[in-house]
Amino acid sequence: MAHHPDHDPGTGQYAYEDGNALAGPLSEILTVDPTSALGRCTGCGSRWPLAHLHVYAQAPGYVGRCPDCDQVILRLVRSPDKAWLDLRGTVALTFRLGP
Amino acid sequence: MRHVVNNGKECTFGERRHGMAIVSRGFRGRPGDTHHKLPPGQYETTDFPVLSAGPTPRVDRDGWELTVRTETGARHSWNWAQLMALPSQTPTVDLHCVTKWSKFATEWQGVSLDVLLEDVETAAEFALVHSYGGYTTNLPLEDLLDGQAWIAYRHDGEDLAPEHGGPARLLVPHLYLWKSAKWVRGIQLLLEDEPGFWESAGYHDYGDPWREQRYQGD
Repeated sequence: MAHHPDHDPGTGQYAYEDGNALAGPLSEILTVDPTSALGRCTGCGSRWPLAHLHVYAQAPGYVGRCPDCDQVILRLVRSPDKAWLDLRGTVALTFRLGP
Repeated sequence: MRHVVNNGKECTFGERRHGMAIVSRGFRGRPGDTHHKLPPGQYETTDFPVLSAGPTPRVDRDGWELTVRTETGARHSWNWAQLMALPSQTPTVDLHCVTKWSKFATEWQGVSLDVLLEDVETAAEFALVHSYGGYTTNLPLEDLLDGQAWIAYRHDGEDLAPEHGGPARLLVPHLYLWKSAKWVRGIQLLLEDEPGFWESAGYHDYGDPWREQRYQGD
């Protein structure tokens, strides 16, 4: 992972993980592999697979941010009996499916 | 100094319910609540976990500003020197995070919202708090008043560190900690409630830890 300002040299830890951290919590909702789905940032227009998002998992929910401009792409909150998925930061999600 | 007070829910807000009025509730000087009691579903921790929804903003005090904007568009703002010139309090309060940790008797220094909102005329009943970095959270205006909320800039005798919301954060300890917005930069006063960052994604609109209001519908 490239250097970024949220790397804490004291603990050697990063403030965020990559989008693969979303594989488990998102696959509960989406039946296809969610991290390979392609999105496009509504802020800066960059395109990426969800696996490339910067994911802040140490918050009350998961927050996925654009790797290029840090805009919030998705928020995922799980309660004991519900999940909320907000995808307002991506223009669309493209899933590769079988014919 | 440790202040043992009850949980603040006994406060009355009758004065403000009568429409357009000056927000000021006077300076009651109750410097905070600590119970050493766990709300339902919480456990005690002695460290101070850092939870963050994004990169930590590095806000220079020279460029720092806090703005209160009313429903009519009236704007009140304070730079760092102006904030420091206001009378401060040193509340000792318990913190309750929705991720289930609680931390007892944390020591803070900050300016009461009663002081900041003293000369603000508004009929608003709701507040949307904005942070550097884009975070928002909403709460009823009355929960910011009557000695229940501060703009805090010192913790444990030290300047507030950026990872805990420095240079200044909101401190509203009677609600879950996601309401105590780190890196606070503004308070928007509104006639209608408007959900903030977590409140629009499943978290409870009010977030009272004693009623375990974690998620919508709780």
